[in-house]
Amino acid sequence: MKVVSVEEAVAMIPAGASVMVGGFMGVGTPERLLDEIVRQKKTGLSLICNDAATPGKGVGKLFDAALVSRLTATHIGLNAKAQQQMLASTIAVDLIPQGTFAERIRAGGCGLGGVLTSTGVGTLVAEGKRQIEVEGKPYVLETALRAQFALVHAFLADYLGNLTYALTARNFNPIMAMAADTVIVSAENIVPVGVIAPDHVVTPAPLVDYLIANG
Amino acid sequence: MDPQIVIARRVAKELKSGDLVNLGIGIPTLVANYVPADLKVFFQSENGLIGTGPIPEQGLAHPTLTDAGGRPISALPGASTFDSAMSFGLIRGGHVDVTVLGGLQVDAHGHLANWMIPGKMVPGMGGAMDLVSGAKRVIVAMQHAAKGKSKIVGKCTLPLTSARPVHLVVTDMAVIGFPDGKATLLETAPGVSVGEVMAVTEADLVVPDHVPEMNI
Repeated sequence: MKVVSVEEAVAMIPAGASVMVGGFMGVGTPERLLDEIVRQKKTGLSLICNDAATPGKGVGKLFDAALVSRLTATHIGLNAKAQQQMLASTIAVDLIPQGTFAERIRAGGCGLGGVLTSTGVGTLVAEGKRQIEVEGKPYVLETALRAQFALVHAFLADYLGNLTYALTARNFNPIMAMAADTVIVSAENIVPVGVIAPDHVVTPAPLVDYLIANG
Repeated sequence: MDPQIVIARRVAKELKSGDLVNLGIGIPTLVANYVPADLKVFFQSENGLIGTGPIPEQGLAHPTLTDAGGRPISALPGASTFDSAMSFGLIRGGHVDVTVLGGLQVDAHGHLANWMIPGKMVPGMGGAMDLVSGAKRVIVAMQHAAKGKSKIVGKCTLPLTSARPVHLVVTDMAVIGFPDGKATLLETAPGVSVGEVMAVTEADLVVPDHVPEMNI
């Protein structure tokens, strides 16, 4: 794990990169990293995030600045700008069930090729996908999801990169920290090693590549 | 009584002590207001919380304690938090006893459509498909008709949320169940006759000899 400035961290992300961003309606989202992505105008991003948040908040800022070309999400109904960009076909949107979204990312982080789920069987979601029967029950094969970068927001990070999260700000952050080539973390508080007890570490330090310095 | 309150009160009667319950947005959210205080029901918010409490008092909201719509909520003593894979493991793994969801259409076999209107409303399904496919019991809470058009239909014309039928539909006019896979009129709302329900219902309903009135 390396401590870097927010400018240095975002400079590593090329235009057109695939980026997973933690957060649920902008809660538990690395706002400082997103502000810097907007400042450095990283265009053509392939964004993987649960939702599109709302304009001005969380990943909503990336739609405000028209930096997204492809979005994989579960719900974008509360961001009119993202909806407009989808209807105008300036972004390609893949909407998937939230449990499938979580499990595809988990599979990506755990070395699995995908998961079998009954969610989506017999609906539009199953179209074009392989169906596999196990013990007489039909399942859809949903493939693993990974990204070049995961942008994760933690409540506490220690000097080694061990992470904990706060309340509902945890959401997709721990599973995204498993499913990207490069994991960049912002934290509300950076604390000495030992402050987070071993039993309370949610994301172990070796998963973290870069921690954004405070200040 | 306000039609939404009729629905919420009747759905609340379906919940039992110890149930883990997930409420959707809209009318389903109101159900929590009508659960008796002595009934120990656990409410899940799928963004990672069991033990959701009421909206916090002015000045006590916290930015990291929110519901699935991103609005501030509180947590009750005994609450727990977890990540989204765990949250949907609870839903898909059959650990959620009851989910209550809104609906656009429910058909004569109990199939639900509630996530998109092609060309008009494409917000994404969020957790709806997982809840209908995975919760032990699925209850739909919705108005019986919208703009004079029955929402209980012969066959859904809107895209289905799941191939798995729901268990119960509670509307402002009736309670409908699906014994033997056929829409059956189980109860009528206070002051509503069987004839009135039949007149505004597109689907063919099985009507038993005796249809009691909702006890709310």
